[in-house]
Amino acid sequence: MDLSLLERFDKDNVVVEKLDTLINWSRANSQWYFQFGLACCAIEMMAAAAPRHDLERFGAMPRASPRQSDVMIVAGTVTLKMAERVKRLYEQMSDPKYVISMGSCANSGGPYWQHGYHVLKGVDLVIPVDVYVPGCPPRPEALLQGLLELQKKIMTETPLRKQA
Amino acid sequence: MDLNKIFDSISFIDGVKLNSEANIIFVTSASLLAVADKFKNDVNIDFDFLMCITALDNGDSKNFTIAYNFHSNKHNHSVEIRVVVTDDEEVPSLANIWKTADWHEREAYDMMGIKFYGHPDLKRILLPEDWEGFPLRKDYKVADYYHGVPIPKDKSYWE
Repeated sequence: MDLSLLERFDKDNVVVEKLDTLINWSRANSQWYFQFGLACCAIEMMAAAAPRHDLERFGAMPRASPRQSDVMIVAGTVTLKMAERVKRLYEQMSDPKYVISMGSCANSGGPYWQHGYHVLKGVDLVIPVDVYVPGCPPRPEALLQGLLELQKKIMTETPLRKQA
Repeated sequence: MDLNKIFDSISFIDGVKLNSEANIIFVTSASLLAVADKFKNDVNIDFDFLMCITALDNGDSKNFTIAYNFHSNKHNHSVEIRVVVTDDEEVPSLANIWKTADWHEREAYDMMGIKFYGHPDLKRILLPEDWEGFPLRKDYKVADYYHGVPIPKDKSYWE
C-alpha cells in the first residue's frame, strides 16, 4: 500500500478513492506521539526525533499531553509502580490510539526478566501493543521502521465499517 | 588526619573498634550518635559530607551491616564506619546531623527494612508504599501478583 495519494492524480486533478483510505491516509501520516520516556530507550527516541533522523518528516511530532496524542511510544523499562501510570495515561488518550513498544524492556522485561522483582515483564500485560521494536536500545532507524510498520497497519483499517 | 588519629579521638566512646586491615571503624548502634556528634563538631575531624549509606544483608536476613562513608572537604580525609544490627534492632537516624542521611536512610529502609529512629519521615522512597517485603534481603520471595498484574517467574514458556 503506497501512502501517497499524489501519485494517483488523474488529468483533472481529481483523486477517486474510498473514504476509508482518506481517513487512514490522514491518520497514518499524522502520528502525534506521546512525549514521555522511561529509561535509556527515551534517549534513542529523542535522537530519532532530532534533525538527523527527523521523525517529523513522517508527520510524527511529540505532544506533551495524552489528550492530543495518537501514538504512545513506550520507551524504556516499565516498573510495576509505573505500569499503573502507563495504563492510566493510555486510557486518557483519545481514540484512535496506538502503542509502539520500544526496546527489550517494554517488550518482555529485557535484562530484568530473570531477577527484576519490580519490573513489568512486557508492557502488553497492561495495554494492547500494535508494534514491537526489538533492541536494547533500538537504534533510531529501528524506531523509524516501527513507525512505518504502524503506518502500514493503519492503512489496512476500515474505520467506517464495524470492526469484526 | 589519618585513620588512626581519627580513631584515637573517638576511641573513648564505648563499643568503638578499629579494623586496621580493612581501614574500617566498627561502632555499635548505641554509640553511633556520639560518634556522629564527634565527627560533625570536632574541628580537627570535621566531616562535613556524608557520602553514602549502604545496607548489607549478612546472609541470613537476621543480621545487617550499615556502612557510612564520611568525607571532609576541609581536611580532605575520609573514613568508613560500620554498624552491625539485628533484625529487630533500631538504629539512630543521622538525618538531623547530615541532611543527606534522610533519603539514604529511606532507601535502606525501602530495600533492607532497617528501621531508623528519630528519622523525620521514614517511608519507602522508591517502591510503592503498599509494597510488601524488602526486596534486597536474601530471603525475599518475589510475589506472584502486584495489583492484579502477574509477575511471571517461569521462563519455560518463553523459550
